[in-house]
Amino acid sequence: MPITHSSPTTPPALPAESTVISIKDLDFSYPDGHIALQSISLSIKEGEKIALVGPNGAGKSTLMLHLNGILSGRGDLEVGLLPLNKQNLPVIRSLVGLVFQNPDDQLFSPTVFEDVAFGPLHMGLSEDEVYARVEAALAQVDMRGFENRLSHHLSTGQKKRIAIATVLSMHPQILVLDEPSAGLDPRARRGLIELLRELPLTMLVSTHDLRMAKELFPRMVIMDEGKIVADGETGVLLKDEGLLEKHGLEGV
Amino acid sequence: MTRQNIFDQYTAKTSPIHRLSPIVKVVVAVLFIFSNTLLPDGAWLSFALSGGIILTLTLLAKLEWHYTLKRSLIVLPFALAGISALFSLPGKTLAIWHIGSLELILTDAGLLRFESILVRSWLSVQIAILLVATTTFPDLIHALEHLRLPKMLVTVVAFLYRYMTVLSDEALRLLRARQSRSALLPNPPHSDDFSRPALGKLRTKVLTTKTRGGGSLLWRARTAGNMVGQLFLRSYERSDRIYHAMLSRGYSGHLRTLNPHSMESRDWLLIVLAFIFIALLQLFAHIS
Repeated sequence: MPITHSSPTTPPALPAESTVISIKDLDFSYPDGHIALQSISLSIKEGEKIALVGPNGAGKSTLMLHLNGILSGRGDLEVGLLPLNKQNLPVIRSLVGLVFQNPDDQLFSPTVFEDVAFGPLHMGLSEDEVYARVEAALAQVDMRGFENRLSHHLSTGQKKRIAIATVLSMHPQILVLDEPSAGLDPRARRGLIELLRELPLTMLVSTHDLRMAKELFPRMVIMDEGKIVADGETGVLLKDEGLLEKHGLEGV
Repeated sequence: MTRQNIFDQYTAKTSPIHRLSPIVKVVVAVLFIFSNTLLPDGAWLSFALSGGIILTLTLLAKLEWHYTLKRSLIVLPFALAGISALFSLPGKTLAIWHIGSLELILTDAGLLRFESILVRSWLSVQIAILLVATTTFPDLIHALEHLRLPKMLVTVVAFLYRYMTVLSDEALRLLRARQSRSALLPNPPHSDDFSRPALGKLRTKVLTTKTRGGGSLLWRARTAGNMVGQLFLRSYERSDRIYHAMLSRGYSGHLRTLNPHSMESRDWLLIVLAFIFIALLQLFAHIS
C-alpha cells in the first residue's frame, strides 16, 4: 500500500550569482528577556563559503536557527528571494540545510536510511526519488552501503557525515553547519575538511576551529554579544590580532 | 561509547526464518502467545507440542537448540506473580502452612494451575525471544506500522530504541561524575597526625575506617534525586533539539514513512497456515 504524498515542495530555480540569504536588522530576544541578536544584517551570495566565529554565547546558533524559521525574531529575512513567512516555510526549510552540532540530535531514526530519507520524504517526493536521493547523498559523504546501519552504533565521525547527508538529500541551496569539527579526532577532522572542500554548495559554518576557517572559508563573519562585529576576508581578519583578542579568539 | 542495549538481540544469520516478512513473524508470534494463554490447565501434551514448535523454529533459524531456553530464564521470576494460584483454588489439600495467623492451604488444583501458568508464560517468552533474535528492531517497528498500530505509539517505540543508549550513556556520565567527587579525606579530621598524609597510613586508614565516601544515606539519596532530575532536564532539552532537527527537515506534524515491506501471497498463505495449525492445536488440547 504505497502512500501518496500531496504537493511536493519544489524550490524555485535561482539565477547564478544571486543572493541566497539576505538578513536586514534582525533582532531576537529569548522569552526570559536575554537579548540574543541585535540588528544583524548579513547577505550571502550563491557559492560563497563563510565561517561564522565568535565566543560561546555570541548568538551564532541562534542566528542559524533563524535561517530556516525555527526561531523568528523582528526584522527581514529572505531565503532564495522568498520572504520568510508561514506559506514559504516548507520551501525555505528545503532550501536551507541546517545541520545541528550534536549528531545525536540530528540523527533521530533507528537506521541511517530512515534518517537520510526523512527530509526527501517530508518534502513529498516519490518513493523512487527518495531512494535515489538517499543513495546519492550517502555517496557524496563517502558513506555508501551504510543504509541499514543503526545510528547508535556509528562513530562520532561517521555520525557527522551521515548528519550532513541527511540534509544533502534535500538538495539545499545553502548548507548551514553548527560546529562541524567539534569533538572530532584529528583524522576525522581532516576527513571532514576534505568533504566540505569538495561539496559544491554555498556554506555558512559556525566554528571555533580557526585553522579550518583559514583553510576552507574565504569570508569570515565574527559575532560577539549578539552583534556582527566584523565581516570580511578571512585572511585579513585573522591578521588583526587586536580584533581577535577583543572577541576572545586566538590567531592562527 | 556504544554498547549493546537490550533491544539489540538480533543475531545475523541467513535462514528461512530470518528471511520471513517481519509482518508474518509478528502476527504468528502474537497468535502463538494467544494460543498459549488459551490452552487449558494441565494440557501437558499440547504444552509439549508448543515447545516442539519453538524448538523446530529455533533450529530452522539456525540457532542453538537451547537459545531461547537460556534467554528465557531471566523472566521466570515474573511468573511468581502466579504464586497466589497455588492457594486460591478449591481441591484436594496437599499441604498446610502457618505463617503467623495466616493459614496457607496448598491444593492439587492450585498446583496444577500454577504449573500451567509457569509453562504458558515460559512458552510465550520464548517465542518473543525468537522473534527479536530473527528480526532486526527497525524491521519490527515497520511491521508494527504495517499492522496499523497507532502511529504515535510506534514513533515512541522507535525514539526509545534510538535514544536508549544515548540516555544510558548520559546516566553513566552523571554517575561517574558523582563517584569522582564522592571522595574521602586523605586524612580524616579525627586523625592525630594532620601533617603527614603518608600513603601507607592512608591505605590502612581507608581500609580500617567504616566511613563511606559521599556522606550519609540521606545525602546520597538527595544526590540520586538530583541526578534523576538532571537526567530528565537533559532529556527534555534534547527532545527540543530533536524536534528542531525534525522541523528543519520538513516535519510538519505528520510522520511519513516508506513501505519497504509488502505482503505477498506467500506471506498470506503462511499466516493462514499458522492460524489453522494453532486452531488444530487448541482443538486437540480442549477435547483430549
